[in-house]
Amino acid sequence: MSELTLTVMRLGFLAVLWLFVIVAVQVIRSDLFGTRVTQRGSRRNADARPPQGAARQTAAPPAQRSQGGRQRRGAPTKLVVSEGILTGTTVALQGQTITLGRAHDSTIVLDDDYASSRHARIYPDRDGQWIVEDLGSTNGTYLDRTRLTTPTPIPPGAPIRIGKTVIELRK
Amino acid sequence: MSVVTNTTTIGAIEAPSRRNTELAMLAFAVIIPVLAYLNVGLAINDEVPSGMIGYGLGIGLLAGVGHLVVRKFAPYADPLLLPLATLLNGLGLVLIWRLDQSPRLIDRANRIFGSFTPDAPKQLLYSAIGIALFVAVLLLLKDHRILQRYTYISMAVALVLLIMPVFFPAVNGAKIWVSIGPFNVQPGEFAKIIIAIFFSGYLMVKRDALALASRRVMGLYLPRGRDLGPILAVWAMSILILVFETDLGTSLLFFGLFVIMLYVATERTSWIVFGLVMSAAGAVGVATFEPHVQQRVDFWLNPFAQSTWEQSDQIGQALMSFGAGGTLGTGLGQGNSDLIGFAANSDFILSTVGEEFGLAGTMAFLLIYGLIVERGVRTALAARDPFGKLLAIGLSGAFAIQVFVVAGGVMGLIPLTGMTMPFVAAGGSSVIANWALIGILIRISDTARRPAPAPAPSPDAEMTQVVRP
Repeated sequence: MSELTLTVMRLGFLAVLWLFVIVAVQVIRSDLFGTRVTQRGSRRNADARPPQGAARQTAAPPAQRSQGGRQRRGAPTKLVVSEGILTGTTVALQGQTITLGRAHDSTIVLDDDYASSRHARIYPDRDGQWIVEDLGSTNGTYLDRTRLTTPTPIPPGAPIRIGKTVIELRK
Repeated sequence: MSVVTNTTTIGAIEAPSRRNTELAMLAFAVIIPVLAYLNVGLAINDEVPSGMIGYGLGIGLLAGVGHLVVRKFAPYADPLLLPLATLLNGLGLVLIWRLDQSPRLIDRANRIFGSFTPDAPKQLLYSAIGIALFVAVLLLLKDHRILQRYTYISMAVALVLLIMPVFFPAVNGAKIWVSIGPFNVQPGEFAKIIIAIFFSGYLMVKRDALALASRRVMGLYLPRGRDLGPILAVWAMSILILVFETDLGTSLLFFGLFVIMLYVATERTSWIVFGLVMSAAGAVGVATFEPHVQQRVDFWLNPFAQSTWEQSDQIGQALMSFGAGGTLGTGLGQGNSDLIGFAANSDFILSTVGEEFGLAGTMAFLLIYGLIVERGVRTALAARDPFGKLLAIGLSGAFAIQVFVVAGGVMGLIPLTGMTMPFVAAGGSSVIANWALIGILIRISDTARRPAPAPAPSPDAEMTQVVRP
């Protein structure tokens, strides 16, 4: 057997062995993260959804606005629980819908006798303005002092009361 | 103009069974040894080895049986344990077959024993028995928590297994063998699994007493005297093994295993400190008056000494073979690791890896062992019951210590001890026991990764109290 063939086999074998190790690590990697983050873009207009890269490249005002309000100047960046058992909890606002309630799959699980299982949700509208909506709760959701009946934009710093819990949006 | 609202959903991944991933990895793990087999044949005999089809089919069949049983009886098990073990076993077979081809070793066997019998067919048979035991573990052990009932029985069995070799003649200076008819069994390999079962059952019950009832002295939590009892007993046992069986490896394995499991069960660093101090004291103490152990230390410190070369040549040759391998190795079948002579294909098989695969290959080998240990630890993290957690940690810890003790001994990091590289080295007990170990780990990981039963529907809505104005 020629020297060249043997050298190729030797290096090829090492390469295959390492490939196995790397593939095994990839399998572990897919196992490592217990949660899956899915980005879903919902189409609001007849217009096709631009690819993420394109939106970033143009950086034009419309594209910026499509980012769910993250880039809006003066927009709140986090949700803070200011009263109740969860006082001090903060959730970063990154364009996702935040659900509140006693159900286990809520973003903020309220351990509160006066909260319903699916109590309210907070989400950004198409302009990036954060909206709070009561989901037909038993005791209602209060923005400042008024009980919500329709989805309402949240003014900065306004307290939202759910049962014994009060949350605020802050910058 | 397009308007897009990005909604991010964070949800738990629905537990996939990953059986197809396992099958793909398994196919990969069978192909690599077949390639290696071809490589050895081409390098040594300049032709495609005649046994290649049979060998490939044999290991493929074993792997296939293992996979089907896992698919049927442990559908949520870890996808990597079986392929990793199969790869190691297959490469071990190739390396043993390669050393069987060595004219030096054949000459040596003819000179000393009058005849030469190749080890590779025997090893294939042992692998088959190992897979059979693996299948038996998965079939019979429906739930690892059953083992918890046998905590103290397993202690007794482990002690008997450890003491048995004392009554049999020493083989090459270490009493670790039990000879029954034509078979030589190393009970220590099986004892390591059984003792892990005892430790996890025992520590699960006693961990609170060990962890909480302690005094704080100089930043260390000192356990109460009565809680020190068991650790002293295990220490004494491992020292006795060292003295009467002159088996450094096994005693290190048991004591190390106990310290690891104590630490995991109690989260007290003081146990590690105690363990290190006690094992160091014990080892130094025994080494000063036990000539066999002392000799091993001498060979470790001066493997190339002229006066002892007759006996320490194995260690010296092993070191030379690692050096000869360099970074990329000499290529399969082209090294001279057969100069080691006795035990070249069992205790010293890692030096063949080092010479013929080089540093790159040795690293890959050790990484594969590391991955098996990682999967074991991961299984322990995921396990929902404390017994399963401790057992998984114990088994993977024992595996890790064994690899460290053998690899460290062959590479000259610690004194050489008579232990075998799991799955790779020739020797029936080791292969069979380690397949059983992988079987138990797969059983635990199946239980751990199985999706939890859905929680009882909580009557949240009904329980909401109405605010009375």
